[in-house]
Amino acid sequence: MWEQIRSNQIRSMVLVVGMAAVLLVLGYFLGLVFFGSGTGGLIIALVLWLVMNLVAYFQGDSILLGISKARKITRDDHPRLFNVVEEMKIASGLEKMPDIYIIDDPALNAFAAGRDPSRASIAITSGLLQKLNRDELQGVIAHEISHIKNRDVLLMSFCSVLLGSIVILAWYATHMLFFSAMYGGRRSSGRGGGGGGEAIVLLIGILLMILAPIIAQLIYFAISRRREYLADASGALYTRYPEGLASALEKIAASTTELKTANQATAPMYIINPFRQKGRPAADLTSTHPPISERIRILRSMAGGASLADYNAAYARVHQGGGAILPSPALAAGAAPLRAPTPESAPLEPEPGKVERTREVSDLMWRMNNYRTVNCACGTKLKVPPNFKKSEVRCPHCGRIHPV
Amino acid sequence: MIALYVVIGVLVVLLILVVLNFNSLVRLRNQTQNAWSQIDVQLKRRHDLIPNLVETAKGYMAHERETLEAVTNARNLAQGAIGKGIDAQAKAEGELGGALSRLLAVAENYPDLKANQNFLALQEELTSTENKIAFSRQFYNDSILRYNNKIQMFPSSVIAAMTGFKAGEFFEIEVGTEREAPKVSFA
Repeated sequence: MWEQIRSNQIRSMVLVVGMAAVLLVLGYFLGLVFFGSGTGGLIIALVLWLVMNLVAYFQGDSILLGISKARKITRDDHPRLFNVVEEMKIASGLEKMPDIYIIDDPALNAFAAGRDPSRASIAITSGLLQKLNRDELQGVIAHEISHIKNRDVLLMSFCSVLLGSIVILAWYATHMLFFSAMYGGRRSSGRGGGGGGEAIVLLIGILLMILAPIIAQLIYFAISRRREYLADASGALYTRYPEGLASALEKIAASTTELKTANQATAPMYIINPFRQKGRPAADLTSTHPPISERIRILRSMAGGASLADYNAAYARVHQGGGAILPSPALAAGAAPLRAPTPESAPLEPEPGKVERTREVSDLMWRMNNYRTVNCACGTKLKVPPNFKKSEVRCPHCGRIHPV
Repeated sequence: MIALYVVIGVLVVLLILVVLNFNSLVRLRNQTQNAWSQIDVQLKRRHDLIPNLVETAKGYMAHERETLEAVTNARNLAQGAIGKGIDAQAKAEGELGGALSRLLAVAENYPDLKANQNFLALQEELTSTENKIAFSRQFYNDSILRYNNKIQMFPSSVIAAMTGFKAGEFFEIEVGTEREAPKVSFA
């Protein structure tokens, strides 16, 4: 694993440097356009980037969890989810148990956050928690744990900050240009005779303002797609059961509910692109994630085993000899036999059915919104809202009066 | 003079290589030891869960005294086997696993028991503990594989031989019993 993380890091680093170059070139030309000095623009770009990086490093996870309205849960809130995360923590050899968050949203999605493995969190929507059985949940959590283990979270927040800086810079530059064209028209004409040189610089500046965010976004998405493949591969390795993740992805793909709290910058953090559209061409350049059907196909054609080499072979098969997606040093790591699926009727598997799962999650959501539960003797569970004023409540089914 | 510098340079590079390789050998060995202790943690967790499970089940399945006693006995044997070598421990744990799955299979016939919240929670814990045992064993074997690769591959193999690192043993389970997928018979 370590070799593979390192060599992947080098490839990603090349792309990150590419993005940084876009930022610097943009800053330089904007400086030329607005202050007549490239260095000034360069410094502004660098300061902006540095400040945003510091914020992302120290506050990134809380910001991400905050804007997704994720809420932390404890073991007692959902023991099964906790156990599954702990199982994957053990399988991956992660040192510390990540914090677990729930997003109250019927959309099916999940993401990992946190700058290093000792300070990580996993968030999952209540919709996903309801829909997945234990094997599928395990697959999704394994995918998220791989993001933590491979330090994708840090890399992706680093990249999204770069992208953000470029977007902000280009946005403000466009607006400044607009205003100076409106109010400063006399000044520039008064200076007069700037010559062809200035016009060319202005032209390049405008071009960069338009192109830089697009280029940066394409690079960002390229990094993100590569990371998704690796996380799928290591997820299969940890669970020794690629079918779990494959069938979870299938369920997720079938859902059309969009996540309310996601936005373009946070999209690569999720297990699937929250903005995906149906019928998009495969291997789209402007997608944060590989096409979901392709991810499923690769996982399903891992016939011989669950090792990274098996994933690589499956990738090559799906792409008709399209070569390797994972770096070669990782592939020597030895065989990893598949495990059998958890049988439906196994006595050791307290697999709650769909109805129980739904009830379980909705109870959890009531509790998290500070509703109190009163169990009536007739079997009804009364949910009392937090702002309930009266001192007793009447059961709507049997009419018993309960003190609150 | 230049020759001297070259020799010193080569020596420094060699020294750095030795130190780096030695350190990663130590790190990998520590990881295997840590992984091994993780297995023990999970086995102990299973032992701790069983008295509770038996206590809860007792009230509902009075007719299954033998099954319950078998579980309790197997658990005590497994606890006694701690520290008596891997083989003895693996055997006792295997028997405990068998007794447990018999108990849970019998529990299927007691709807009242299956509706008991306490029992359901214990069952979830037990399932997860079984998984955790399997996964910690898997991680132990993964770490051993990495460690052994490091020991056997050049150049770390030279350093390992000089400083006395020995290849670790895989945690194999009796082939044919646990490895095989469970068979369902309709006879």
